[in-house]
Amino acid sequence: MQAQDVVLRLDRITKRFGALTANDGISLALHRGEVVALLGENGAGKTTLMNILFGHYVADEGGVEVMGAALPPGNPRAALAAGVGMVHQHFTLADNLTVLENIRLGTEGLWSRGTARATGRAKVDRLARDFGLAVDADARVGSLTVGERQRVEILKALYREARILILDEPTAVLTPQEAEALFATLRLAIARGLSVLFISHKLHEVMAIADRCVVLRHGRVVGEVATRDTSGAELAALMVGGDIALPEARPATVGPVLLRLAGVSTPDQGAAPGLKAVSLDLRAGQITGLAGVSGNGQAALADLICGLAVPQSGGLELAGAAPVRWTPRAAIAAGIARIPEDRHKTGTIADFTLTENAVLEGYWRPGFSRRGLIDWRAAQRFAEGIIARYDVRCPGPGARIRLLSGGNMQKLILGRVLEPGPQIILANQPVRGLDVGAIAYVQSQLIAARDGGAAVLLISEDLDEIMGLADVVHVMSEGRLSPGFARGTKTAAELGLWMAGEGFADAA
Amino acid sequence: MRLEAIPAPALSRRIGLPVLALVATVVVASVLARVAGADPFATLGLIVTGAFGSKFAALETLNRATPLIFTGLAVAVAFRAKLWNIGAEAQLYAGAIVAVLLGTGALAAPWVLPVSMLVAMLAGALVLLGPVMLKTRLGVDEVVTTLLLNFVMLLFVSYLLEGPLKDPMGMGWPKSPALVKEARLPRIATGLRLHWGFALALIAALGVWLIQARTTLGFEMRAVGANPAAARFAGMPVNGVLVKTALLSGGLAALAGWSEVAGLKGHLSSDLSPGFGYTGIIVAMLALLHPLGVVVSALFVAAIFVGSDSMSRAAGVPTYIADMLLATALLFMVLALALTRYRVVWK
Repeated sequence: MQAQDVVLRLDRITKRFGALTANDGISLALHRGEVVALLGENGAGKTTLMNILFGHYVADEGGVEVMGAALPPGNPRAALAAGVGMVHQHFTLADNLTVLENIRLGTEGLWSRGTARATGRAKVDRLARDFGLAVDADARVGSLTVGERQRVEILKALYREARILILDEPTAVLTPQEAEALFATLRLAIARGLSVLFISHKLHEVMAIADRCVVLRHGRVVGEVATRDTSGAELAALMVGGDIALPEARPATVGPVLLRLAGVSTPDQGAAPGLKAVSLDLRAGQITGLAGVSGNGQAALADLICGLAVPQSGGLELAGAAPVRWTPRAAIAAGIARIPEDRHKTGTIADFTLTENAVLEGYWRPGFSRRGLIDWRAAQRFAEGIIARYDVRCPGPGARIRLLSGGNMQKLILGRVLEPGPQIILANQPVRGLDVGAIAYVQSQLIAARDGGAAVLLISEDLDEIMGLADVVHVMSEGRLSPGFARGTKTAAELGLWMAGEGFADAA
Repeated sequence: MRLEAIPAPALSRRIGLPVLALVATVVVASVLARVAGADPFATLGLIVTGAFGSKFAALETLNRATPLIFTGLAVAVAFRAKLWNIGAEAQLYAGAIVAVLLGTGALAAPWVLPVSMLVAMLAGALVLLGPVMLKTRLGVDEVVTTLLLNFVMLLFVSYLLEGPLKDPMGMGWPKSPALVKEARLPRIATGLRLHWGFALALIAALGVWLIQARTTLGFEMRAVGANPAAARFAGMPVNGVLVKTALLSGGLAALAGWSEVAGLKGHLSSDLSPGFGYTGIIVAMLALLHPLGVVVSALFVAAIFVGSDSMSRAAGVPTYIADMLLATALLFMVLALALTRYRVVWK
């Protein structure tokens, strides 16, 4: 490719946060009509790099060039004007406005003429047609599915004449079918001369869509390879700096039902659906996988099992008996290990130490406190045990947990809930945002717990993860639960149809 | 100009910046004194000698610090659990009323002091219980309810002092009868103008610190304040913890009023507190909500008040400089706190 084809050039970007060097002399070039995947473990510096590129951070050294012109640092507006469009993982749309209003937001002058709206509309329609982004311009964003919202985000970037699209983990919230549609759109975009920078953890997607991969580790570029010259295994090894064996799940002996939901319904929580007559058995020695697109009732099910919610109708039984008062404390006392979806917001307290976080849900147990007095020495020994046995990389038990990476935070949570030897384990998105090494570790711990006779409920939006680990798979859609499918009896595409809401008895 | 988070601030930053804040406060104070037409250094010197220059001055500062330690603790305890108790003033007066009700002959020694102290704490706790129940049950903002209760309580005190609690021998002044001797807090040593309330305040600070650091309740209070969602997920009874926090906070604030009446004034009047309840918020914030820090910051604030009083008499600079000093100290301290955790990036 010719040098003048370079649309985006990052030149030796260095960014330090105190002692940590998040980006260390990263150089990267994106050519016209090319898809480059940016790969790396969590904490490898991808997000920092994107924030510098988009002007949210100012680099300590190095510069950004778009179309051959230097981009002024720290100015998102300049990045937008230069034709850089960013689609964040968490959408930045106003729910109460229509698609068209969202797209035009911020582009209108203070006194826009009536005709501007009509031209804007025509432009949106044309873009939607050209790029295969079918969406109703007059629909309120609040009523759209996640996949549709993502299309609106992309349209928004295209509307502002973006020539470079940056997509941050775009498929994390999509069904396999929606992801395919997204890839089709990206192919249309590069055919029209746009360039795409694609950030992902999912190697097979990277292999499917990207021309080139740039792999980051510890803030440095450790590899740059053409996709056709590499393999998923090679990329994974580059990312973690060694070979990683993902755990292989073997079937285990299935025991009795430890937790049973019989026709449980819970009220909707705003836009998030509640449970609709859900019946589910969790058996000892079995990993039950729960697949589904984000926001289809998984949170309601997790809240119920965590003790944060009670059934509105229907019943919950633990080992054959209905609990009298269902609270988080009751769930903990009943031996349910709960790995929450959001380890930052609900799993840990950022400003508390590792020791304090280790006993956050067990401080009242006789081993840790007597007559209202906490035995901090016992708590610290407990934390030190977790740090040693679960390989938590940290300065020590007295360090604040906010200093830990996501993977190490998750290991501490894992140790906290698994140490008491739980019978039932709820793992809600246990590996989301973790690096490959930590993923393998967390998954092997879940498998070990299952082999030890625990009933595991694994909730994940990553279908590959579910299909790899679960002995039985259920799919959730709009609060409804599909029947259980034994391992290997359904393909990803078939499960994808269930995820899209087809196959349910009351489906329209 | 933007702010960038510092993940792990260095110790030098955590200590250096608050020190810098104090220096900046002194600089602003000097400018203020200059504007008032006095020699800045002499003015500051007068404030310091006015607060600590003699035994009498130092004891006066300790006396003034006593109610501030109590209200500062009340606010620190509540704020630590993110319970915004702006009503320490009302709870203070609840304690003061109890001191008068039980201390004017209703109870006999030796029970009068401990009983009236406990009842005072209970009264203060009950004053805060209402707003907290409204918060946990109906989601009513406690900032509004506790703040407004201050005025309700002040009017109630005025009513009491014009009516049922009016001293018949008071020459018509709105004040209560004097406490009997047995209901008065004794002085720490004969001849010293310092009463046992100060020692009680120190014990309370130590007690609050122990509660927060060592007990399950303290752990729950800190967890609920730091992250209520995580606390709830971890099985902590968030609303129950808030109620217990309120009882402790209200009780501590009530001790401020109780000890002022039983230790210093000997009677209740509607000018008992020159805003100790509100100043307690400043005291707690300056102490970064740490119970032992509250003692230090209460002494600092008391010294500024006492020192400014005496400086004003000597140098002719208005006592308002005390308020301005406190305000600047607080602003600089809040700024220092922010700058410990964030770095300003100029571009």
